[in-house]
Amino acid sequence: MIAVEHLTKEYRVHRRDPGLRAALRSLVRRRMETVRAVDDVTFEVAAGERVGFLGPNGAGKTTTLKVLSGLLHPTSGKVTVAGETPKERSASFLRQITLVMGQKQQLLWDLPPSETFLLNRAIYDIPRAQYEETLAELTSLLDLAPLLGKPTRQLSLGERMKCELAVALLHRPRVLFLDEPTIGLDVSMQATVRSFVRAYNERFSATVLLTSHYMDDVAELCPRVLVIDHGRVIFDGALGELVQRIRPDKRVQLRLSRPVARRDLEPLGTIVQYGEEAVTLQVSHDQLQSSVQRALTQLPLRDLSVEDPPLEEVMRELFARGARTEERALPATGGARSAQQTDGAA
Amino acid sequence: MSVRTAIRAYPALLRTGFAAAVAYRAEFLIWMFSTNMPLIMLALWAAVARSGPVGPYSQRGFVAYYLATLLVRLMTGAWVVWELTMEIRQGTLALRLLRPLHPLVAYSAENLAALPLRGVIALPVVGILLWSARSQLGHDPFLWAIFPLAMLGAWLLTFLVMAVIGTLALFLESATSLFEAWLGISAVLSGYLIPLDLFPHSVQRVALVLPFRFLLSFPVELVLGRPTHGDGVLLLAAQWGYVLFFFAVLTAVWRAGLRRYAAYGG
Repeated sequence: MIAVEHLTKEYRVHRRDPGLRAALRSLVRRRMETVRAVDDVTFEVAAGERVGFLGPNGAGKTTTLKVLSGLLHPTSGKVTVAGETPKERSASFLRQITLVMGQKQQLLWDLPPSETFLLNRAIYDIPRAQYEETLAELTSLLDLAPLLGKPTRQLSLGERMKCELAVALLHRPRVLFLDEPTIGLDVSMQATVRSFVRAYNERFSATVLLTSHYMDDVAELCPRVLVIDHGRVIFDGALGELVQRIRPDKRVQLRLSRPVARRDLEPLGTIVQYGEEAVTLQVSHDQLQSSVQRALTQLPLRDLSVEDPPLEEVMRELFARGARTEERALPATGGARSAQQTDGAA
Repeated sequence: MSVRTAIRAYPALLRTGFAAAVAYRAEFLIWMFSTNMPLIMLALWAAVARSGPVGPYSQRGFVAYYLATLLVRLMTGAWVVWELTMEIRQGTLALRLLRPLHPLVAYSAENLAALPLRGVIALPVVGILLWSARSQLGHDPFLWAIFPLAMLGAWLLTFLVMAVIGTLALFLESATSLFEAWLGISAVLSGYLIPLDLFPHSVQRVALVLPFRFLLSFPVELVLGRPTHGDGVLLLAAQWGYVLFFFAVLTAVWRAGLRRYAAYGG
């Protein structure tokens, strides 16, 4: 459904130092810099897959989504989505996709969401019966009924995001690009959005490519993740596999019936958190069985559980490794992503 | 983007645009009443003409000219340049680009949808014009017949020029100063401030061939019954020639601009 081959996207940006002198200098002499936001990225996504797109800020996730949705022209490389070339932005392509950006909205600000729904019905030329069926379905899944008649500006952030999702899916797109769809939402609203995306994916076999800073979104929704850093894909596979590779250690959570001294716990693994009633240990995969056995026989346990380390920690470790590699590879060149610098007259 | 989609979607776009214009009614009214320059110019020139006609204009002649100017200005206004530059800067143009409808078609509908409300303001102007300066108005049915086409041409030209300058925001960091410059020149050379036939001949010769005349002065000239049939047709053809020219320029600038589009922000 999505095929990306050697995609590279560069931006030309104007760089100037702070201060009045630099501002005056930039009037006559402008320093332009080419920044490579996406660097030789290749991947494929099959129809109906849900893929999480992970990376730190500025890694190139949103740029990739914008190229895939036809908003940006690639600098080089080949991109195909639903059998079409996105940059051509043909009507048949645009009818098959949607891009939801958590920080931008397509709802008309001063009019009720129902007006935007009707407008999109006309723009996407949705047959009346299909429109009514989809709207009824979306209204029930997202509990929209009380919101449809209120002006958008009077809706809360969560209510607005539910309506944004509905308006973006009214034409039943086959490919969903979701860029931070849960940003700023409270925990229960995040869960609503997640279960809705999953339901839509299952109901219509739609392909979902999602970026999010909330690891719960990715863990619950995406069996596969693509990790991008400094414009390059550094991991493509199952989430569990990523955790295994980056942090093969396990977390052993112990709930104690009475306090245990640190020295008695240290032989079992590295102490991550120490308390009188609860202790968290980091234990290597090889040592896990013996540590658990010793804990069960030697410690006053009320409960014991073995978990993977938190995803946030895994990602932090992954990006820190990336940064270290980057520093070694590019000593003092002023940034890996600066492809070239040119001076030009304004 | 197919023409069929645009035609089918247009009524809904107009309806939504009208709903938005109604939602912004206070702001809209303030904007309408701020379009008062022709009335200020009328007061000035009417005072000058008290002691005798200025060129071909008597006091009543100026009343007819500036009321017609106000009417044309009210009914051919657009604001797409502000919307475009803002949406390009903020990156919200992206949301329009994701829809299977050309964003300029949507902008045109949003701008046109305000016409009924503008008409409500324009109606009293028409009433005053008929009451106070009827003798100065043209009586030639042919010129009145081509007047709606000239008004449509003037609106299209206004919209297209604004859209071209707004689209330049894809290349420049801000296109609004460029538009301010256009507005300044246009105020003089379109006849908005001073009737073109009061300019020295050398300026008139230039003004008569530039596009500015067709934004405003030409429809006003038709209301006053100035051109001959032959000139009327020729001017209408020239106006629509400019419409086609700016349409071609807009198409080229838009295509080139989208290749550079960076969809900033988020």
